[in-house]
Amino acid sequence: MKEFLEGSRAVAEIVKMCKPGVISAYPITPQTHIVEELAQMVANGELNAQFVNVESEHSAASVVLGGVAAGVRSFTATSSQGLFYMAEVLFNISGMRLPLVMTCANRAISAPINIWNDQQDSLSLRDSGWVQLYAENIQEAVDLHLIGYRLSEDKSMMLPVMVCMDGFILTHGMEAVDMPKQEEVDKFLPAYKPLYKLDTAEPISMGLLADPDYYIETRFAMQETFKDALKLIPTINEEFKNCFNRDYKDGLVEEYYTKDAEKVIVAMGSVCGTIKEVVDAQRAKGKKIGLLKVISYRPFPYARVYDALKDVPRVAVLDKAVSLGAYAPLAIEIKAAFSGKKKSPKVISSFVAGLGGRDITAESVKEILTKLTQKEINLEFIDLKPELLKEEYGE
Amino acid sequence: MYGPLIVKPAKSKGDKTGSWRIKLKPKFLQKNCIGCKMCLLVCPEGCIQGKEKNTYLPNYEYCKGCGLCAVICPKADIIMVEESSEGDKK
Amino acid sequence: MESELLFKPGHTACAGCGQSLAARMVIEAAGKNTIVANNTGCLEVFSTKYPESAWNVPWIHSLFENCAAVASGIEAALIYLGKKDTTNVIAQGGDGGTADIGLQALSGMLERGHDILYVCYDNEAYMNTGVQRSGLTPFHTNTTTSPIGPKSVGNVRFKKPMPEIANAHGIPYVATASAGFPQDIQRKVKKAISIKGPKYIQIHVPCPLGWRHETELMLEIGKLAVETGLYPLIEYENGVLSAVRKITQPKPVEEYLKAQGRFKHLLGNPELIKQIQDIADNNIRKYNLKG
Repeated sequence: MKEFLEGSRAVAEIVKMCKPGVISAYPITPQTHIVEELAQMVANGELNAQFVNVESEHSAASVVLGGVAAGVRSFTATSSQGLFYMAEVLFNISGMRLPLVMTCANRAISAPINIWNDQQDSLSLRDSGWVQLYAENIQEAVDLHLIGYRLSEDKSMMLPVMVCMDGFILTHGMEAVDMPKQEEVDKFLPAYKPLYKLDTAEPISMGLLADPDYYIETRFAMQETFKDALKLIPTINEEFKNCFNRDYKDGLVEEYYTKDAEKVIVAMGSVCGTIKEVVDAQRAKGKKIGLLKVISYRPFPYARVYDALKDVPRVAVLDKAVSLGAYAPLAIEIKAAFSGKKKSPKVISSFVAGLGGRDITAESVKEILTKLTQKEINLEFIDLKPELLKEEYGE
Repeated sequence: MYGPLIVKPAKSKGDKTGSWRIKLKPKFLQKNCIGCKMCLLVCPEGCIQGKEKNTYLPNYEYCKGCGLCAVICPKADIIMVEESSEGDKK
Repeated sequence: MESELLFKPGHTACAGCGQSLAARMVIEAAGKNTIVANNTGCLEVFSTKYPESAWNVPWIHSLFENCAAVASGIEAALIYLGKKDTTNVIAQGGDGGTADIGLQALSGMLERGHDILYVCYDNEAYMNTGVQRSGLTPFHTNTTTSPIGPKSVGNVRFKKPMPEIANAHGIPYVATASAGFPQDIQRKVKKAISIKGPKYIQIHVPCPLGWRHETELMLEIGKLAVETGLYPLIEYENGVLSAVRKITQPKPVEEYLKAQGRFKHLLGNPELIKQIQDIADNNIRKYNLKG
């Protein structure tokens, strides 16, 4: 049965059904509603969990690290500066191979301070050893949390998962959401059985110093495990479909009218909804436009992207983030997917839009399609206001 | 796939830090020992063992030769001697 | 018997390390039903270099500054599992990891009321990185980042009053201890873990390498710090100063300073020594140590 829910409420509901025993978070807009809802559930006795109110995101991440190291499923959520303040701990969690799910309510990065949506925060932490899954809508955000825990706790994985949902657009937006039943969740996601934990009955030491004789194997093993994740994510999504009757196909990318497309836009997150509307309208006019939505940014599904786009003449990559001084984060990966390959789009153009919450409208998407000509564009900002730019600092 | 991550203490033997001793090592005379266990208590390695008086001995595989046991012994029954005075380092 | 030790030989601490002695005292007093979260620092490095671990209790190291938060998560997990009443949780770190970079996480842990014993091993500088000055480095100490020179006589600040800062959180137990008095460490640890709530124990641990003294003097130097009044051994219970280690005849600070290379520059300078003596005298008055 569908319920009309705010994104944060829906995420809190699904997290509750995943039964974490330790929850820790520090307030940051636009993540707050999620953890407020969870705190209320604990206060109401609906959720049996320890809710630890910490003094910083660094400690929030550290508390859930400790919780899962002691053998208990744990949860945290953050955004933007909070994610950056956690950064050191995030690498530590993945390096120790501790399974966790965290919501990242995607938000711009300071300076200038800005609480609105883009994806610079999570994309800057692409190398943190966390799986990164991007939601297009609230339903997907809900489902990715479930899939995230399954993936994270799989014995072959033991890596943390970051579910990225666009701040405000998804966290504060309302949508009719199909919430699963608790029995269904319990069946899909059994109780967490740790491979190793801090237990006085069987002492182990975790987080040891690894000198040059040992360190590089830890990273090699993680790299291999991310490769395995590319196979495991489709398997879990298949199971998910059978349990919940929602089909995300392989769960790595979504192909929307790409098969015969002459132009395809590649994007991640909520902007894909807007792009789909444009695609629908253009298709109605007989124009062969498509969308490739990337769901899994880490691991990055190079082979799937290659298959989806190899026969498409022109590809536009729309990034809601920048890697200052280089190509944009998604564009880099899309271009890399065709490096040294037999087939390739003739043009892969890169566009950046929507930073700091500036609306990406249907018009913005159409402008990208217009600019997707024979001439390849390597990073162009869309919807800029040139009148705000000047050569001198200050007034 | 996993890299080197955790250690089970039962399997951990530790480094043979006795090889660090460069000059002096403690000699337990086992004559005037009163079994006060102070040597055992203050050893930073925790490598001294024994059951009753005149039975305490350090494990020379680990003893770094800091000399604290000799200092603390109220009966001067532990003395620091040249490393080479009694054969090779154990 | 060795397999029953909770902190085993074979760790790579320097010879005569006060911290390794104190760490052994702490875990032996706490017992095997204890989980330890350790900050980055000497103790972490010398006790857990893969594939060896000196710890025969569950032990975790995450980062330099977060053991108090990691321990908070462990404690929360134990409550969730219904195991808290039978398991002690210890968070421990050095002076830098406690009083400087880890102060925020520690303050959070103390304020939230977790049932955790926090142990600060105070060797009065960043020894693991090569003797740099920390917030617990004493006045006039020569370290690599508070070096002496024509315009410097060492560290320009007094020790941060960590026991008072911990006590100000309204926690049930705060104590200082010293590697010079190992049995006293054990007594205080046992007392601490018998009390529910957050506890803070700060242990003065001489460092032969960083303080530049002979290894066999470790215990003596630890004792001298106490007997001069420079490192008072005190206990606060529920905010009230409940016990101090009395000093019958306070020794002049020069006796403490002269055995250590880090204070060598003070010798022969009565004015500077007087400034250190004032710190000791002030402690003796403040905590009523004489008796």
